[in-house]
Amino acid sequence: MTLLNFSIYDFSALINSIDAWLVETFSPTLGHLIGLVLVGTCFLIFTALLGLSLVYIERKICAFFQQRLGPMRVGFWGTAQTVADIIKLLFKESLITKKSDKFLFNLAAFVIMMAPFIVLSAIPFAKGLQALDLNIGLFFIISVSSIGVTGILLAGWSSNNKYSLIGAMRSGAQIVSYELSVAISLMTIVILTGSLQLSEIIASQSDGWWIFKGNIPAIIAFGVYIIASTAETNRGPFDMAEAESEITAGFHTEYSGIKFAFFFLAEYVNFFIISAVGATVFFGGWMPLHIGDATFFNSAMDVIPPIVWFFGKIAVIMFFIMWFKWTFPRLRIDQLLTLEWKYLLPISIINLLLMSIVALKGWHF
Amino acid sequence: MNNDQIKERILQWFPEAEIPAETGQYLNVIVTPEMLHPLAEKLRYSADTKFDYLFCLTGVDWVTHLMVVYHLDSTKFGHEMVLKVKIPDRVDPVVDTVCDIWKTAEFHEREVYDLFGVKFRNHPDLRRILLEDDWEGYPMRKDYKDEANIVEL
Amino acid sequence: MITDKTVLGSETQEYFINMGPQHPSTHGVLRLLLTLDGEIIRKVEPHMGYIHRSIEKMCEKDSYQQIVHLTDRMDYLSCHINNEAVCLTVEQGLQLEIPERVKVIRTIISELTRLSSHQLWWGVMGMDLGAITTFLYGFRDREMITDIFEETCGARLTMNYNVPGGLMFDIHPNFQKRTKDFISYFKTKLPEYKELLTGNVIFEERTKGIGYISKEDVISYGVTGPSGRGSGFSCDIRKHHPYSAYDRVQFKEILYEDGDSYARYMVRMDEMVESMHIIEQLIDNIPEGDYKAKTKAVIKLPAGEYYKRVETARGELGVYIISDNKKSPYRVKFRSPGFSNLSALDTMARGCKIADLVAMMSTLDLVIPDIDR
Repeated sequence: MTLLNFSIYDFSALINSIDAWLVETFSPTLGHLIGLVLVGTCFLIFTALLGLSLVYIERKICAFFQQRLGPMRVGFWGTAQTVADIIKLLFKESLITKKSDKFLFNLAAFVIMMAPFIVLSAIPFAKGLQALDLNIGLFFIISVSSIGVTGILLAGWSSNNKYSLIGAMRSGAQIVSYELSVAISLMTIVILTGSLQLSEIIASQSDGWWIFKGNIPAIIAFGVYIIASTAETNRGPFDMAEAESEITAGFHTEYSGIKFAFFFLAEYVNFFIISAVGATVFFGGWMPLHIGDATFFNSAMDVIPPIVWFFGKIAVIMFFIMWFKWTFPRLRIDQLLTLEWKYLLPISIINLLLMSIVALKGWHF
Repeated sequence: MNNDQIKERILQWFPEAEIPAETGQYLNVIVTPEMLHPLAEKLRYSADTKFDYLFCLTGVDWVTHLMVVYHLDSTKFGHEMVLKVKIPDRVDPVVDTVCDIWKTAEFHEREVYDLFGVKFRNHPDLRRILLEDDWEGYPMRKDYKDEANIVEL
Repeated sequence: MITDKTVLGSETQEYFINMGPQHPSTHGVLRLLLTLDGEIIRKVEPHMGYIHRSIEKMCEKDSYQQIVHLTDRMDYLSCHINNEAVCLTVEQGLQLEIPERVKVIRTIISELTRLSSHQLWWGVMGMDLGAITTFLYGFRDREMITDIFEETCGARLTMNYNVPGGLMFDIHPNFQKRTKDFISYFKTKLPEYKELLTGNVIFEERTKGIGYISKEDVISYGVTGPSGRGSGFSCDIRKHHPYSAYDRVQFKEILYEDGDSYARYMVRMDEMVESMHIIEQLIDNIPEGDYKAKTKAVIKLPAGEYYKRVETARGELGVYIISDNKKSPYRVKFRSPGFSNLSALDTMARGCKIADLVAMMSTLDLVIPDIDR
């Protein structure tokens, strides 16, 4: 029993010891199976907690932008407000519109939840704390996260509501376009790392983050990534798909109760994922801030546990994206597509070229 | 143009127009339903009257007859006048529409139709506007009875 | 009405959407029947009357003092101006000499009402464009005005401060101080409004060139107020037919020639500055005297017709009273600005997108009870 081999700085020993213990105690097959179930349960709990806390945090942050206090009544400073909301949503009647496609209608809520859930498995939370370290990790994340749009389209189509349909169509056009920019801006960094594997991308930043090392193209790529990924998650100012002042609530107009909660949760998990990917690729994930060979500085930074670094970086990115949402008015759908096809995409392609030159000439640090 | 000049001009076009002598706030001109549209067109397009702004259009039920009242203003000259159409037929009151001259009349005429039952000939879309489509009667008429909703004291 | 056409080998069809009566951006119970081709609007058909309360019919049974209270419920955001309009009409009929004090106080409160209405409009405009934060900024500043109203006359929204002949009672001793405090406060906050919305690239993209209506159409449709002035229609009743104390104050009539959503927006933003300017001129010069002229308990207007035009926050309000020398009027007509402004929506919206329609409706600043009466 080496379960107590626990360190906040490196989770791999802990994970390995749990795995060894399971295999030892049960048969190897059953042991791995139980391991899988355990990981799945952990992600379920994590997703639920993430949703709860993000909704609360967003409410509070938006409240402070709007010069008010936000939820204050339930629990200390309203901390139990989101729990109360979830309980309310659980007890609400699950309504289905007449003449809607009931099978697709129900399926959509699960499809939309599935994509972020799978992607979450590839995110490295800390050293050794990653469920799936594929050698094509980044590619996997980009491709699987597109499944979410199917859920949105299904929801819009099956609701038997024109607002939902318009919302779904908008969302389809939007996500398909913006995925290009997201992928290309991430590829810009992949040129430097030479690997799609997330653990290697992080390891390559042990002497400094790519946003600092990657010269100007890295900064441009990060700018494009932030804009495009905000659009990809349907967040303001690109929340065309659920523009409440235009098409009531877009694709999830007809959903109620727990199915609505799924849409809500998926949105926040997606939000977390884009921040996490951004943090991993541009800011070194859980890697503490290191500057080249400055050993004293680096070891001082290492005192802060990686998991704190990871969530700290995510928090900063999230704060910026929330800041966009609560400041800017919404774009129109054609302006949104113009922005992507006429500006972001050419910029990111040229930037990719620029980065290749930088990498070839060795101008990066 | 001042009121006297407008009056003179209208009488020149339509000598049979009735212009009461009393001096109210505005110059009043009372015409028959047949005269309305030609006169309105002249008032709107003549170079020296140019009544291009219809700022109020409403109906009045005078029990013996119905009346549609047009308040006109000229944005160019700043003069104002009131045009009134006297409709003796209470059962089937018909007037020509003026919404080809002033577009605002389209909604206002629908309101007058809705509340007074005056039908506007050639109106593009004459339906009830404020009340439900299956409402019976014309509520702003003086002889309208609705025992369920209106309490008479 | 439904037309089919073929785009890239596949057949498309126009379809209808009922926007309202319950919709977040119709700001009340208004139903717009949209004919759409994809997202492009082919036709807008407004259906109103969901909250028609027949105020004009009720007026025929009420005394003149009672009518004033009904008018609050039309355009509730410029309720004081509505009250004032009825009182001015009745006073005109009675040929009553109104104390100077009353005229000045009415003008100050009218302008405060206009400011609070424009603040609310600004917040809602931002919200319709997806910037929810503006809504709360607008309400934050509006709160100070409603507090002043509350102290002066006991009500925050439907004030009923006017009676035929003057005011219900005199102003509160704090009124002048608090109003001046508000003006100096709001002068620091107006630049914030401009930073948050006016100069924003997305906002400019969303409003410039959108919802164009020409000056000829504006006059023909009778679109008045800031919406009309955004197309260059000089229609400020305060300038052309001054009432109360407007003839003794200096202010500019804001005119923009562009006729698009941005022009209508800018007219209101500039009007807020002018309103503050008007209040500043009057607030220190409120003449001493009675707050009410003597009137009889039962007012009977001499037989005849009376029409009064005033400028509310939304445009020209006309009050048309026909009297037959009884204690209640023979016929009352309120020419409400929203009713005419709404009629121009179809012309503006054709060819635009759904998102633009929402922005356009915001710049028309519709208040549904004002349309339905």
